[in-house]
Amino acid sequence: MTALIEAQGLTKDYGDKRAVDGLTFTVQPGVVTGFLGPNGSGKSTTMRLILGLDGATAGDVTVNGKHYRDHAAPLHEVGALLEARSVHTGRSAFNHLLALAQTHGIPRRRVDELIDLVGLSEVAKKRAGQFSLGHGPTARDRSRVARGSAKSVMLDEPVNGLDPEGIHWIRHLLKNLASEGRTVFVSSHLMSEMALTADHLIVVGRGRLIADTTTQEFLQQASGNVVIVRSPQAEELRGHVMGPDVTVVALEPGLLEVQGLTAQQIGETAARHGVVLHELTPQQASLEEAFMDLTRDDVEFKTAAA
Amino acid sequence: MSTVAQVTRLMPMPTGRVTQARVIVSEWTKLRSVRSTRYALATAVLATIGIAALACAIASHHYAQMSFRDRADFHPLEVNLAGVQLAQLAIGVLGVLVITAEYSTGMIRASFTAVPKRLPVLWAKAIVFGLTVLALMIPAVLLAFLVGESLFARHHINIPFSHPGVARAVIGAALYLTVVGLFGLGLGAIVRNTAGGIAAFAGIMFVLPPLMNVLPTNWNNAASPYLPLAAGESILSITPGNHLSPWVGLALFCGYAAAALAVAAVLLVRRDT
Repeated sequence: MTALIEAQGLTKDYGDKRAVDGLTFTVQPGVVTGFLGPNGSGKSTTMRLILGLDGATAGDVTVNGKHYRDHAAPLHEVGALLEARSVHTGRSAFNHLLALAQTHGIPRRRVDELIDLVGLSEVAKKRAGQFSLGHGPTARDRSRVARGSAKSVMLDEPVNGLDPEGIHWIRHLLKNLASEGRTVFVSSHLMSEMALTADHLIVVGRGRLIADTTTQEFLQQASGNVVIVRSPQAEELRGHVMGPDVTVVALEPGLLEVQGLTAQQIGETAARHGVVLHELTPQQASLEEAFMDLTRDDVEFKTAAA
Repeated sequence: MSTVAQVTRLMPMPTGRVTQARVIVSEWTKLRSVRSTRYALATAVLATIGIAALACAIASHHYAQMSFRDRADFHPLEVNLAGVQLAQLAIGVLGVLVITAEYSTGMIRASFTAVPKRLPVLWAKAIVFGLTVLALMIPAVLLAFLVGESLFARHHINIPFSHPGVARAVIGAALYLTVVGLFGLGLGAIVRNTAGGIAAFAGIMFVLPPLMNVLPTNWNNAASPYLPLAAGESILSITPGNHLSPWVGLALFCGYAAAALAVAAVLLVRRDT
Protein backbone atom coordinates (compact mmCIF):
# COMPACT_ATOMS: atom_id res chain seq x y z
CA MET A 1 0.00 0.00 0.00
CA THR A 2 1.30 3.43 -0.83
CA ALA A 3 1.52 5.88 1.99
CA LEU A 4 -0.44 9.00 1.25
CA ILE A 5 -1.80 11.90 3.19
CA GLU A 6 -4.92 13.20 1.49
CA ALA A 7 -6.86 16.30 2.47
CA GLN A 8 -10.22 17.13 0.92
CA GLY A 9 -11.67 20.57 1.53
CA LEU A 10 -10.14 20.51 5.00
CA THR A 11 -11.49 23.37 7.10
CA LYS A 12 -11.06 24.32 10.73
CA ASP A 13 -12.64 27.16 12.64
CA TYR A 14 -11.63 28.23 16.13
CA GLY A 15 -14.56 30.30 17.27
CA ASP A 16 -15.22 32.69 14.41
CA LYS A 17 -11.64 32.54 13.21
CA ARG A 18 -10.98 30.29 10.22
CA ALA A 19 -7.56 28.72 10.67
CA VAL A 20 -7.69 26.30 7.76
CA ASP A 21 -9.84 27.10 4.77
CA GLY A 22 -10.79 24.38 2.31
CA LEU A 23 -7.38 22.78 1.85
CA THR A 24 -7.21 20.03 -0.73
CA PHE A 25 -3.87 18.35 -1.33
CA THR A 26 -2.15 15.01 -1.51
CA VAL A 27 1.22 14.26 0.01
CA GLN A 28 2.95 11.60 -2.07
CA PRO A 29 5.41 8.99 -0.90
CA GLY A 30 9.01 8.94 -2.08
CA VAL A 31 9.64 12.66 -2.00
CA VAL A 32 10.08 15.26 0.70
CA THR A 33 7.01 17.48 0.63
CA GLY A 34 7.46 20.90 2.17
CA PHE A 35 4.50 22.58 3.82
CA LEU A 36 5.33 26.23 3.46
CA GLY A 37 3.60 29.30 4.75
CA PRO A 38 4.08 32.29 7.02
CA ASN A 39 3.60 31.82 10.74
CA GLY A 40 -0.08 31.62 11.56
CA SER A 41 -1.06 30.37 8.12
CA GLY A 42 -2.59 27.15 9.42
CA LYS A 43 0.28 24.69 8.97
CA SER A 44 0.32 23.44 12.53
CA THR A 45 -3.46 23.27 12.63
CA THR A 46 -3.47 21.19 9.46
CA MET A 47 -0.99 18.78 11.01
CA ARG A 48 -3.12 18.53 14.14
CA LEU A 49 -6.13 17.75 11.96
CA ILE A 50 -4.18 15.03 10.18
CA LEU A 51 -3.43 13.38 13.53
CA GLY A 52 -6.97 13.91 14.79
CA LEU A 53 -5.76 16.01 17.73
CA ASP A 54 -8.29 18.58 16.58
CA GLY A 55 -11.49 17.76 14.74
CA ALA A 56 -12.14 19.29 11.32
CA THR A 57 -15.03 21.75 11.01
CA ALA A 58 -15.57 20.56 7.44
CA GLY A 59 -13.80 18.39 4.93
CA ASP A 60 -11.74 15.34 5.61
CA VAL A 61 -8.19 14.13 5.86
CA THR A 62 -6.94 10.57 5.66
CA VAL A 63 -3.62 8.85 6.15
CA ASN A 64 -3.05 5.81 3.96
CA GLY A 65 -6.72 5.65 3.14
CA LYS A 66 -8.10 5.85 6.69
CA HIS A 67 -8.65 8.43 9.35
CA TYR A 68 -5.58 8.46 11.57
CA ARG A 69 -7.61 7.38 14.62
CA ASP A 70 -8.95 4.32 12.81
CA HIS A 71 -5.53 2.75 12.32
CA ALA A 72 -4.79 -0.22 14.54
CA ALA A 73 -1.20 0.91 15.06
CA PRO A 74 -1.17 4.66 14.44
CA LEU A 75 2.47 5.22 15.37
CA HIS A 76 3.44 2.84 12.58
CA GLU A 77 1.49 4.96 10.11
CA VAL A 78 2.75 8.41 10.98
CA GLY A 79 5.78 9.38 13.00
CA ALA A 80 4.92 12.91 13.99
CA LEU A 81 6.78 15.69 15.71
CA LEU A 82 4.59 18.69 16.29
CA GLU A 83 6.09 22.00 17.19
CA ALA A 84 4.32 22.43 20.46
CA ARG A 85 6.05 20.81 23.40
CA SER A 86 4.58 17.49 24.33
CA VAL A 87 6.87 16.06 26.97
CA HIS A 88 6.19 15.94 30.70
CA THR A 89 9.17 17.83 32.08
CA GLY A 90 9.22 15.74 35.22
CA ARG A 91 9.64 12.47 33.35
CA SER A 92 12.89 11.18 31.88
CA ALA A 93 13.30 10.88 28.13
CA PHE A 94 13.64 7.13 28.56
CA ASN A 95 10.35 6.78 30.42
CA HIS A 96 8.63 9.14 28.02
CA LEU A 97 9.61 7.05 25.04
CA LEU A 98 8.97 3.83 26.90
CA ALA A 99 5.40 4.86 27.75
CA LEU A 100 4.70 5.72 24.13
CA ALA A 101 6.36 2.55 22.86
CA GLN A 102 4.36 0.39 25.25
CA THR A 103 1.06 1.50 23.72
CA HIS A 104 2.14 -0.38 20.59
CA GLY A 105 3.86 -3.25 22.34
CA ILE A 106 7.28 -2.04 21.20
CA PRO A 107 9.84 -3.67 23.49
CA ARG A 108 11.97 -1.78 26.01
CA ARG A 109 15.12 -2.99 24.25
CA ARG A 110 14.13 -0.96 21.21
CA VAL A 111 13.80 2.18 23.28
CA ASP A 112 17.31 1.62 24.62
CA GLU A 113 18.66 1.10 21.11
CA LEU A 114 17.13 4.31 19.84
CA ILE A 115 18.37 6.34 22.78
CA ASP A 116 21.87 5.00 22.20
CA LEU A 117 21.61 5.74 18.54
CA VAL A 118 20.74 9.37 18.92
CA GLY A 119 23.44 9.88 21.52
CA LEU A 120 21.11 10.53 24.42
CA SER A 121 22.26 7.74 26.73
CA GLU A 122 23.86 10.10 29.22
CA VAL A 123 20.78 12.19 29.85
CA ALA A 124 18.01 9.73 29.01
CA LYS A 125 17.34 8.85 32.63
CA LYS A 126 17.31 12.43 33.83
CA ARG A 127 14.07 14.31 34.10
CA ALA A 128 13.45 15.96 30.76
CA GLY A 129 13.11 19.42 32.31
CA GLN A 130 16.71 19.18 33.47
CA PHE A 131 18.25 18.84 30.03
CA SER A 132 20.56 21.69 29.21
CA LEU A 133 19.19 24.23 26.80
CA GLY A 134 21.60 23.10 24.15
CA HIS A 135 20.51 19.55 24.63
CA GLY A 136 16.83 20.37 24.71
CA PRO A 137 15.53 20.73 21.20
CA THR A 138 18.18 18.56 19.64
CA ALA A 139 17.64 15.78 22.05
CA ARG A 140 13.91 15.96 21.86
CA ASP A 141 13.69 16.18 18.12
CA ARG A 142 16.20 13.51 17.45
CA SER A 143 14.76 11.04 19.82
CA ARG A 144 11.28 11.53 18.54
CA VAL A 145 12.19 11.47 14.89
CA ALA A 146 14.13 8.34 15.47
CA ARG A 147 11.23 6.83 17.34
CA GLY A 148 9.21 6.59 14.20
CA SER A 149 8.94 3.28 12.52
CA ALA A 150 6.28 4.81 10.43
CA LYS A 151 5.33 4.74 6.79
CA SER A 152 4.92 8.50 6.92
CA VAL A 153 6.89 11.09 8.79
CA MET A 154 5.39 14.45 9.65
CA LEU A 155 7.42 17.21 11.25
CA ASP A 156 6.29 20.68 12.22
CA GLU A 157 9.13 23.21 11.89
CA PRO A 158 11.80 20.63 12.68
CA VAL A 159 14.79 22.92 12.24
CA ASN A 160 13.56 25.58 14.64
CA GLY A 161 16.03 25.95 17.45
CA LEU A 162 18.49 23.41 16.10
CA ASP A 163 22.20 24.00 15.76
CA PRO A 164 23.71 23.75 12.26
CA GLU A 165 24.76 20.18 12.89
CA GLY A 166 21.23 19.29 13.90
CA ILE A 167 19.78 20.99 10.83
CA HIS A 168 22.15 19.08 8.62
CA TRP A 169 21.20 15.85 10.36
CA ILE A 170 17.48 16.48 9.90
CA ARG A 171 17.81 17.33 6.18
CA HIS A 172 19.77 14.21 5.59
CA LEU A 173 17.34 12.10 7.54
CA LEU A 174 14.34 13.44 5.63
CA LYS A 175 15.92 12.74 2.26
CA ASN A 176 16.86 9.28 3.38
CA LEU A 177 13.36 8.53 4.57
CA ALA A 178 11.87 9.76 1.31
CA SER A 179 14.30 7.74 -0.77
CA GLU A 180 13.05 4.64 1.02
CA GLY A 181 9.59 5.37 -0.31
CA ARG A 182 8.15 6.90 2.83
CA THR A 183 5.87 9.91 2.81
CA VAL A 184 7.70 12.85 4.31
CA PHE A 185 5.74 15.99 5.18
CA VAL A 186 7.67 18.87 6.71
CA SER A 187 6.41 22.32 7.56
CA SER A 188 8.45 25.48 7.62
CA HIS A 189 8.01 29.21 7.34
CA LEU A 190 11.49 29.45 5.82
CA MET A 191 11.56 29.32 2.04
CA SER A 192 15.34 28.94 2.01
CA GLU A 193 15.15 25.89 4.22
CA MET A 194 12.49 24.29 2.09
CA ALA A 195 14.44 25.04 -1.10
CA LEU A 196 17.23 22.88 0.27
CA THR A 197 15.13 20.06 1.67
CA ALA A 198 11.87 19.68 -0.19
CA ASP A 199 11.19 18.25 -3.62
CA HIS A 200 7.58 19.29 -3.66
CA LEU A 201 5.88 22.24 -2.02
CA ILE A 202 2.43 22.84 -0.67
CA VAL A 203 2.21 26.55 0.02
CA VAL A 204 -0.45 28.07 2.24
CA GLY A 205 -1.38 31.54 3.38
CA ARG A 206 -4.16 32.34 5.83
CA GLY A 207 -5.29 28.74 5.73
CA ARG A 208 -5.75 28.70 1.96
CA LEU A 209 -3.82 26.81 -0.66
CA ILE A 210 -1.56 29.11 -2.69
CA ALA A 211 0.52 26.61 -4.62
CA ASP A 212 0.95 22.85 -4.95
CA THR A 213 3.92 22.30 -7.20
CA THR A 214 7.51 21.11 -7.43
CA THR A 215 10.05 23.18 -5.56
CA GLN A 216 11.93 23.96 -8.76
CA GLU A 217 8.86 25.27 -10.51
CA PHE A 218 7.84 27.30 -7.51
CA LEU A 219 11.25 28.93 -7.29
CA GLN A 220 11.21 29.87 -10.96
CA GLN A 221 7.77 31.34 -10.74
CA ALA A 222 8.46 33.09 -7.52
CA SER A 223 11.77 34.72 -8.35
CA GLY A 224 10.88 35.98 -11.86
CA ASN A 225 13.59 37.01 -14.33
CA VAL A 226 15.38 40.21 -13.53
CA VAL A 227 18.68 40.93 -15.24
CA ILE A 228 20.93 43.91 -14.70
CA VAL A 229 22.62 45.06 -17.93
CA ARG A 230 25.42 47.63 -18.17
CA SER A 231 26.21 48.88 -21.63
CA PRO A 232 27.56 52.06 -23.24
CA GLN A 233 24.79 51.55 -25.85
CA ALA A 234 22.04 51.09 -23.29
CA GLU A 235 19.43 53.07 -25.16
CA GLU A 236 20.04 51.12 -28.36
CA LEU A 237 19.80 47.81 -26.49
CA ARG A 238 16.55 48.88 -24.89
CA GLY A 239 14.98 49.14 -28.37
CA HIS A 240 16.17 45.65 -29.30
CA VAL A 241 14.95 43.81 -26.20
CA MET A 242 11.58 45.50 -25.79
CA GLY A 243 8.67 43.14 -26.25
CA PRO A 244 5.19 42.43 -24.96
CA ASP A 245 6.23 40.68 -21.73
CA VAL A 246 9.39 42.63 -21.17
CA THR A 247 9.83 45.65 -18.99
CA VAL A 248 13.01 47.71 -19.03
CA VAL A 249 13.88 50.27 -16.43
CA ALA A 250 16.86 52.60 -16.79
CA LEU A 251 18.40 52.67 -13.35
CA GLU A 252 21.02 55.24 -14.32
CA PRO A 253 22.64 56.21 -17.60
CA GLY A 254 24.11 53.04 -19.10
CA LEU A 255 22.44 50.70 -16.59
CA LEU A 256 19.23 48.79 -17.32
CA GLU A 257 17.08 46.44 -15.31
CA VAL A 258 15.37 44.01 -17.66
CA GLN A 259 12.50 41.87 -16.48
CA GLY A 260 10.98 39.07 -18.57
CA LEU A 261 14.09 37.81 -20.38
CA THR A 262 16.92 35.56 -19.30
CA ALA A 263 20.52 36.75 -19.27
CA GLN A 264 21.16 34.33 -22.14
CA GLN A 265 18.43 35.85 -24.31
CA ILE A 266 19.66 39.38 -23.65
CA GLY A 267 23.27 38.44 -24.39
CA GLU A 268 22.31 36.81 -27.69
CA THR A 269 20.18 39.79 -28.71
CA ALA A 270 23.06 42.13 -27.93
CA ALA A 271 25.51 40.05 -29.95
CA ARG A 272 23.13 39.95 -32.92
CA HIS A 273 22.98 43.72 -32.98
CA GLY A 274 26.58 44.31 -32.17
CA VAL A 275 25.83 45.99 -28.84
CA VAL A 276 28.72 46.06 -26.37
CA LEU A 277 27.93 44.75 -22.91
CA HIS A 278 29.96 45.56 -19.79
CA GLU A 279 27.82 43.64 -17.38
CA LEU A 280 25.07 41.06 -17.59
CA THR A 281 23.90 39.91 -14.16
CA PRO A 282 20.84 37.80 -13.44
CA GLN A 283 19.30 39.00 -10.18
CA GLN A 284 17.95 36.16 -8.16
CA ALA A 285 15.33 37.81 -6.06
CA SER A 286 16.01 36.43 -2.62
CA LEU A 287 13.90 33.41 -1.90
CA GLU A 288 12.42 34.97 1.18
CA GLU A 289 11.45 38.08 -0.76
CA ALA A 290 9.85 36.03 -3.47
CA PHE A 291 7.98 34.02 -0.94
CA MET A 292 6.82 37.13 0.85
CA ASP A 293 5.63 38.56 -2.46
CA LEU A 294 3.58 35.47 -3.06
CA THR A 295 2.01 35.33 0.32
CA ARG A 296 1.85 39.05 1.06
CA ASP A 297 -1.88 39.34 0.63
CA ASP A 298 -2.33 36.32 2.78
CA VAL A 299 -0.34 37.41 5.77
CA GLU A 300 -2.74 38.49 8.38
CA PHE A 301 -2.10 41.79 10.03
CA LYS A 302 -1.49 40.82 13.58
CA THR A 303 -2.53 44.16 15.00
CA ALA A 304 -5.85 43.92 13.23
CA ALA A 305 -6.41 40.40 14.47
CA ALA A 306 -5.84 41.42 18.08
CA MET B 1 25.95 10.09 7.93
CA SER B 2 26.15 6.70 9.52
CA THR B 3 23.62 7.58 12.23
CA VAL B 4 21.03 8.43 9.64
CA ALA B 5 21.60 5.19 7.84
CA GLN B 6 21.32 3.37 11.14
CA VAL B 7 18.14 5.13 12.13
CA THR B 8 16.44 4.41 8.87
CA ARG B 9 17.56 0.81 8.97
CA LEU B 10 15.95 0.48 12.39
CA MET B 11 12.65 1.82 11.22
CA PRO B 12 10.81 -1.36 10.31
CA MET B 13 9.62 -2.46 13.70
CA PRO B 14 7.53 -5.36 14.86
CA THR B 15 3.99 -4.38 14.06
CA GLY B 16 2.10 -3.85 17.25
CA ARG B 17 -1.50 -2.86 17.52
CA VAL B 18 -2.75 -0.57 20.23
CA THR B 19 -4.68 -2.61 22.78
CA GLN B 20 -6.28 -1.67 26.09
CA ALA B 21 -3.81 -3.92 27.90
CA ARG B 22 -0.84 -2.17 26.27
CA VAL B 23 -2.23 1.23 27.13
CA ILE B 24 -2.55 0.07 30.74
CA VAL B 25 1.13 -0.91 30.78
CA SER B 26 1.97 2.48 29.30
CA GLU B 27 -0.07 4.32 31.93
CA TRP B 28 1.70 2.37 34.66
CA THR B 29 5.02 3.60 33.26
CA LYS B 30 3.70 7.16 33.25
CA LEU B 31 2.32 6.94 36.78
CA ARG B 32 5.45 5.51 38.35
CA SER B 33 7.87 7.80 36.51
CA VAL B 34 6.91 11.18 37.96
CA ARG B 35 7.69 12.43 41.43
CA SER B 36 4.23 13.79 42.22
CA THR B 37 2.98 10.19 42.36
CA ARG B 38 5.56 9.21 44.93
CA TYR B 39 5.06 12.32 47.05
CA ALA B 40 1.28 12.13 47.07
CA LEU B 41 1.07 8.40 47.73
CA ALA B 42 3.77 8.57 50.41
CA THR B 43 1.80 11.38 52.05
CA ALA B 44 -1.38 9.32 51.94
CA VAL B 45 0.22 6.21 53.43
CA LEU B 46 2.23 8.03 56.07
CA ALA B 47 -0.73 10.22 57.04
CA THR B 48 -3.02 7.22 57.38
CA ILE B 49 -0.62 5.38 59.68
CA GLY B 50 1.11 8.32 61.38
CA ILE B 51 -1.99 10.32 62.23
CA ALA B 52 -3.66 7.14 63.48
CA ALA B 53 -0.73 6.47 65.80
CA LEU B 54 -0.60 10.04 67.01
CA ALA B 55 -4.33 10.43 67.50
CA CYS B 56 -4.65 7.10 69.27
CA ALA B 57 -1.69 7.86 71.53
CA ILE B 58 -3.22 11.18 72.55
CA ALA B 59 -6.68 9.71 72.99
CA SER B 60 -5.51 6.80 75.11
CA HIS B 61 -3.44 9.17 77.21
CA HIS B 62 -6.45 11.41 77.87
CA TYR B 63 -8.98 8.65 78.29
CA ALA B 64 -8.52 8.49 82.04
CA GLN B 65 -9.42 12.18 82.40
CA MET B 66 -12.41 12.08 80.09
CA SER B 67 -15.90 12.76 81.41
CA PHE B 68 -18.39 9.91 81.19
CA ARG B 69 -20.20 11.78 78.52
CA ASP B 70 -17.06 12.10 76.41
CA ARG B 71 -16.35 8.44 76.97
CA ALA B 72 -19.78 7.58 75.77
CA ASP B 73 -19.16 9.55 72.58
CA PHE B 74 -15.68 8.19 72.16
CA HIS B 75 -15.27 5.66 69.45
CA PRO B 76 -11.82 4.16 68.96
CA LEU B 77 -12.34 3.51 65.27
CA GLU B 78 -13.01 7.16 64.48
CA VAL B 79 -9.72 8.13 66.07
CA ASN B 80 -8.06 5.25 64.30
CA LEU B 81 -9.15 6.35 60.85
CA ALA B 82 -8.43 10.06 61.40
CA GLY B 83 -5.52 9.89 58.95
CA VAL B 84 -7.93 9.17 56.14
CA GLN B 85 -8.93 12.84 56.30
CA LEU B 86 -5.51 13.92 55.08
CA ALA B 87 -4.99 10.91 52.83
CA GLN B 88 -8.12 11.73 50.87
CA LEU B 89 -6.78 15.19 50.03
CA ALA B 90 -3.45 13.80 48.82
CA ILE B 91 -5.10 11.08 46.76
CA GLY B 92 -7.79 13.32 45.31
CA VAL B 93 -5.23 15.92 44.25
CA LEU B 94 -3.05 13.20 42.71
CA GLY B 95 -6.09 11.89 40.85
CA VAL B 96 -6.59 15.36 39.35
CA LEU B 97 -2.88 15.63 38.50
CA VAL B 98 -2.73 12.25 36.76
CA ILE B 99 -4.64 13.77 33.88
CA THR B 100 -4.17 17.56 34.18
CA ALA B 101 -0.37 17.29 34.23
CA GLU B 102 -0.64 15.82 30.74
CA TYR B 103 -2.48 18.90 29.59
CA SER B 104 -0.22 21.41 31.32
CA THR B 105 2.94 19.84 29.91
CA GLY B 106 1.53 19.05 26.47
CA MET B 107 2.16 15.34 27.03
CA ILE B 108 -1.49 14.75 26.16
CA ARG B 109 -0.67 15.40 22.49
CA ALA B 110 1.92 12.65 22.52
CA SER B 111 -0.49 10.36 24.36
CA PHE B 112 -3.32 10.97 21.91
CA THR B 113 -1.02 10.67 18.91
CA ALA B 114 -0.09 7.21 20.13
CA VAL B 115 -3.67 6.33 21.11
CA PRO B 116 -5.90 8.50 18.91
CA LYS B 117 -9.06 6.72 20.02
CA ARG B 118 -8.36 8.45 23.37
CA LEU B 119 -10.81 6.54 25.58
CA PRO B 120 -8.36 3.69 26.25
CA VAL B 121 -6.08 6.30 27.82
CA LEU B 122 -8.78 7.43 30.25
CA TRP B 123 -9.80 3.87 31.16
CA ALA B 124 -6.17 2.85 31.60
CA LYS B 125 -5.53 5.80 33.89
CA ALA B 126 -8.56 4.91 36.00
CA ILE B 127 -7.57 1.24 36.24
CA VAL B 128 -3.89 1.83 36.96
CA PHE B 129 -4.44 4.66 39.41
CA GLY B 130 -7.35 2.93 41.14
CA LEU B 131 -5.49 -0.33 41.62
CA THR B 132 -2.35 1.45 42.80
CA VAL B 133 -4.26 3.39 45.45
CA LEU B 134 -6.13 0.27 46.55
CA ALA B 135 -2.96 -1.83 46.72
CA LEU B 136 -1.25 0.76 48.91
CA MET B 137 -4.15 1.83 51.08
CA ILE B 138 -5.41 -1.60 52.15
CA PRO B 139 -2.17 -2.38 53.99
CA ALA B 140 -1.98 1.23 55.17
CA VAL B 141 -5.41 1.22 56.83
CA LEU B 142 -4.83 -2.25 58.32
CA LEU B 143 -1.53 -1.11 59.76
CA ALA B 144 -3.15 2.07 61.09
CA PHE B 145 -5.82 -0.06 62.75
CA LEU B 146 -3.29 -2.43 64.33
CA VAL B 147 -1.11 0.42 65.62
CA GLY B 148 -4.10 2.24 67.07
CA GLU B 149 -5.57 -0.83 68.66
CA SER B 150 -2.30 -1.83 70.29
CA LEU B 151 -2.17 1.64 71.87
CA PHE B 152 -5.80 1.42 73.01
CA ALA B 153 -5.33 -2.10 74.33
CA ARG B 154 -3.36 -0.76 77.29
CA HIS B 155 -6.52 1.02 78.42
CA HIS B 156 -8.80 -1.81 77.34
CA ILE B 157 -10.68 0.50 75.04
CA ASN B 158 -9.65 -1.31 71.91
CA ILE B 159 -12.16 -2.74 69.56
CA PRO B 160 -11.48 -6.08 67.86
CA PHE B 161 -11.37 -6.45 64.09
CA SER B 162 -14.11 -9.07 64.40
CA HIS B 163 -16.46 -6.57 66.04
CA PRO B 164 -19.48 -5.98 63.78
CA GLY B 165 -18.74 -3.30 61.15
CA VAL B 166 -15.08 -2.86 62.03
CA ALA B 167 -13.66 -4.91 59.16
CA ARG B 168 -16.09 -3.18 56.79
CA ALA B 169 -15.09 0.28 57.99
CA VAL B 170 -11.35 -0.39 57.92
CA ILE B 171 -11.28 -2.04 54.49
CA GLY B 172 -13.97 0.43 53.44
CA ALA B 173 -11.56 3.27 54.17
CA ALA B 174 -9.24 1.92 51.49
CA LEU B 175 -12.14 1.51 49.07
CA TYR B 176 -13.32 5.01 49.86
CA LEU B 177 -9.86 6.48 49.19
CA THR B 178 -9.69 4.62 45.88
CA VAL B 179 -12.97 6.12 44.75
CA VAL B 180 -11.82 9.56 45.95
CA GLY B 181 -8.87 9.20 43.58
CA LEU B 182 -11.13 8.22 40.69
CA PHE B 183 -13.47 11.11 41.42
CA GLY B 184 -10.45 13.46 41.28
CA LEU B 185 -9.35 11.87 38.00
CA GLY B 186 -12.80 12.37 36.49
CA LEU B 187 -12.98 16.00 37.58
CA GLY B 188 -9.44 16.62 36.32
CA ALA B 189 -10.31 15.14 32.95
CA ILE B 190 -13.35 17.38 32.68
CA VAL B 191 -11.58 20.59 33.73
CA ARG B 192 -8.19 19.77 32.07
CA ASN B 193 -6.40 22.27 34.25
CA THR B 194 -4.54 21.52 37.48
CA ALA B 195 -5.65 24.52 39.53
CA GLY B 196 -9.21 24.26 38.24
CA GLY B 197 -9.33 20.52 38.81
CA ILE B 198 -8.11 20.77 42.38
CA ALA B 199 -10.53 23.62 43.05
CA ALA B 200 -13.41 21.57 41.65
CA PHE B 201 -12.41 18.56 43.72
CA ALA B 202 -11.92 20.46 46.97
CA GLY B 203 -14.99 22.58 46.32
CA ILE B 204 -17.34 19.66 45.78
CA MET B 205 -15.86 17.48 48.50
CA PHE B 206 -15.05 19.91 51.28
CA VAL B 207 -16.68 23.29 50.63
CA LEU B 208 -20.10 22.17 49.52
CA PRO B 209 -21.04 20.41 52.81
CA PRO B 210 -20.63 23.49 55.08
CA LEU B 211 -22.30 25.63 52.41
CA MET B 212 -25.40 23.49 52.88
CA ASN B 213 -25.93 25.31 56.18
CA VAL B 214 -27.45 28.24 54.30
CA LEU B 215 -30.39 25.97 53.52
CA PRO B 216 -33.28 25.55 55.94
CA THR B 217 -32.34 22.87 58.47
CA ASN B 218 -34.77 20.24 57.28
CA TRP B 219 -33.61 20.65 53.65
CA ASN B 220 -30.02 20.54 54.75
CA ASN B 221 -30.60 17.39 56.80
CA ALA B 222 -32.43 15.76 53.90
CA ALA B 223 -29.84 16.62 51.25
CA SER B 224 -26.52 16.49 53.11
CA PRO B 225 -26.19 12.70 53.36
CA TYR B 226 -26.29 12.50 49.57
CA LEU B 227 -23.33 14.81 48.98
CA PRO B 228 -20.20 13.00 47.75
CA LEU B 229 -18.15 13.35 50.92
CA ALA B 230 -20.95 12.29 53.28
CA ALA B 231 -22.05 9.46 51.02
CA GLY B 232 -18.51 8.14 50.67
CA GLU B 233 -17.63 8.46 54.33
CA SER B 234 -20.67 6.53 55.45
CA ILE B 235 -18.63 3.39 54.75
CA LEU B 236 -16.29 4.47 57.58
CA SER B 237 -19.02 4.96 60.11
CA ILE B 238 -20.03 2.41 62.72
CA THR B 239 -22.17 4.75 64.80
CA PRO B 240 -25.69 5.80 63.93
CA GLY B 241 -26.27 9.31 62.61
CA ASN B 242 -27.58 11.32 59.72
CA HIS B 243 -25.90 9.30 57.02
CA LEU B 244 -26.72 6.65 54.49
CA SER B 245 -26.14 3.01 55.26
CA PRO B 246 -22.49 2.14 54.60
CA TRP B 247 -22.72 0.27 51.33
CA VAL B 248 -25.49 2.43 49.90
CA GLY B 249 -23.38 5.48 50.67
CA LEU B 250 -20.28 4.02 49.05
CA ALA B 251 -22.30 2.92 46.04
CA LEU B 252 -23.63 6.46 45.65
CA PHE B 253 -20.11 7.84 45.91
CA CYS B 254 -19.01 5.34 43.26
CA GLY B 255 -21.88 6.73 41.19
CA TYR B 256 -20.48 10.26 41.51
CA ALA B 257 -17.05 9.09 40.41
CA ALA B 258 -18.52 7.08 37.55
CA ALA B 259 -20.60 10.08 36.45
CA ALA B 260 -17.51 12.32 36.48
CA LEU B 261 -15.58 9.77 34.42
CA ALA B 262 -18.49 9.35 32.01
CA VAL B 263 -18.78 13.10 31.40
CA ALA B 264 -14.99 13.21 31.01
CA ALA B 265 -15.16 10.38 28.46
CA VAL B 266 -17.77 12.14 26.34
CA LEU B 267 -15.81 15.40 26.41
CA LEU B 268 -12.51 13.64 25.79
CA VAL B 269 -13.67 12.25 22.48
CA ARG B 270 -15.32 15.47 21.35
CA ARG B 271 -12.92 18.18 22.32
CA ASP B 272 -9.85 19.42 20.50
CA THR B 273 -6.59 18.71 22.25
